Amino acid sequence: MEHYTFLRQFADSWMLLLLFAFFVGVVIWVFRPGSSKTYRDTADIPFRHEDKPATDKEART
Amino acid sequence: MPNTIKLIALGLVTLFAAMAANYARDLAYMVHAIIVMLVAGGLFLYTLRKTGEPVLATPKNEYLDSVVRAGVIATGFWGVIGFLAGTFIAFQLAFPQLNFDWLQGHGNFGRLRPLHTSAVIFAFGGNALIATSFYVVQRTSAARLWGGNLAWFVFWGYQLFIVLAATGYLLGATQSREYAEPEWYVDWWLTIVWVAYLAVFLGTIIKRKEPHIYVANWFYLSFIVTVAMLHVVNNISIPISIWGSRSVQVMSGVQDAMTQWWYGHNAVGFFLTAGFLGMMYYFIPKQAERPVFSYKLSIIHFWALIFIYIWAGPHHLHYTALPDWASTLGMVFSIVLWMPSWGGMINGLMTLSGAWDKLRTDPIIRMMVISVGFYGMSTFEGPMMSIRAVNSLSHYTDWTIGHVHSGALGWNGMITFGALYFLTPVLWKRERIYSVQLVSWHFWLATIGIVLYAASMWVTGIMEGLMWREVDANGFLVNSFADTVAAKFPMYVVRGLGGVLYLTGAVIMVYNLIMTVRRAPAKEASLAVTVPAE
Repeated sequence: MEHYTFLRQFADSWMLLLLFAFFVGVVIWVFRPGSSKTYRDTADIPFRHEDKPATDKEART
Repeated sequence: MPNTIKLIALGLVTLFAAMAANYARDLAYMVHAIIVMLVAGGLFLYTLRKTGEPVLATPKNEYLDSVVRAGVIATGFWGVIGFLAGTFIAFQLAFPQLNFDWLQGHGNFGRLRPLHTSAVIFAFGGNALIATSFYVVQRTSAARLWGGNLAWFVFWGYQLFIVLAATGYLLGATQSREYAEPEWYVDWWLTIVWVAYLAVFLGTIIKRKEPHIYVANWFYLSFIVTVAMLHVVNNISIPISIWGSRSVQVMSGVQDAMTQWWYGHNAVGFFLTAGFLGMMYYFIPKQAERPVFSYKLSIIHFWALIFIYIWAGPHHLHYTALPDWASTLGMVFSIVLWMPSWGGMINGLMTLSGAWDKLRTDPIIRMMVISVGFYGMSTFEGPMMSIRAVNSLSHYTDWTIGHVHSGALGWNGMITFGALYFLTPVLWKRERIYSVQLVSWHFWLATIGIVLYAASMWVTGIMEGLMWREVDANGFLVNSFADTVAAKFPMYVVRGLGGVLYLTGAVIMVYNLIMTVRRAPAKEASLAVTVPAE
């Protein structure tokens, strides 16, 4: 098959499906059970460590 | 040992630049070679004097804020220059006599326009992005910038890029690609600087002390990575000679046009949108003193925006040699893009829910909120203009210019001003901004300036579009091009006045920031209580 036609068909089918599935997956992942608690904590990041970097003891994992 | 290698490299660069200045085939190249020679030679002497001096250990328990301070100064400086250039060329369009005879070939509209666009987008916007990203990534990763003085290389390397680009435009070194005018060697230099920028940013994220990467960093990172890709692909060109500034593009025809607008529109999408959304997601919560409205929405916002924006470029090429399917694809994705844009706008605005009273008392938050408002407005206008039927009226008219400026002045300008007002007292350890009243003045001058600008461009753009397509009963065009130019004169004057107001506001801001550093009460006293001496 010609290079252009192959790429065009691939982009129109499998790649499109892959990208779309990834996006839908992200949306589902965001609403997974227990995510609200995690995201509340993440959303508070700007309000910690304003003046100095965290020391090794303070590091959160 | 590292100093020896540095000295050898700088010496070689200086020597090569001196040779380049000698063999230069055109004036712009010669001037650039001399600039590079002086910079490299100066750095050589500086490094030589420092060699053998004891090196101060870098403090591990502090953020690297000096480079952010330099970025704040550069942002204010280039902002005023860029706005001044824009206001001047606006008046050149209204009064062609301002294309002075003694400046022909250097100071006429055609040379100054890319100077204006690059100064505001890359010098003002770029410095704002680099400075705020360095500030935000440290705070949200709870880690000092990675790479030591590499951040300083990024800062000064970027300023050198700006100087080379700007002097090149005035002397006629341009590859005539919208928003990517600098010639090949300037492109190569920017690539080096950009890779260093990516390394500093990514290195800091990798050594973060927080389990999660805060959403602002996602936006900044997508901006850095995508701009690198866009820049490299859009600037694939072959220099005619190593001793001259001219180069030839590898792609040609419609492929070249599509590459250009794939770059051009994603420069808007990732430089002027994703990067500045990073600012929004940090500085609005900070100034409002409450976390972002919905963190879930911010994640969906991010992925939707980057998945869709990259396809929108073809809407710049409606009714051209571009295949219909490609231009339809660009149009459809531009309209779909409306949704993530407004999702982000709602997220920014609703962060203030429960704190709306701050709008009355805090002009800085007012500035950030109106910037998000302008973001919403221009991301509604853009998709509408990308529809083929609307585009047939709006394309090539001043409506496009008005649209770009409501986004650039309203969204990018205002969020940057808000960030600068937030950063200056923090970085120079002041209690507060010098004068809140002057912030209010800046806010109203800038807002009225944008309204004058956008409104006059709507009127003149739609008028011009209608005049161009007007035909008489026999099918002949009614208006000549010069008729439209004459009809646009009053709107051009109003647009120039809008620019004057916006520029005045920016000058007031710079004064206010300087006075904050020099006069506002220091924060040391209160710091001494909360932070024990180490």
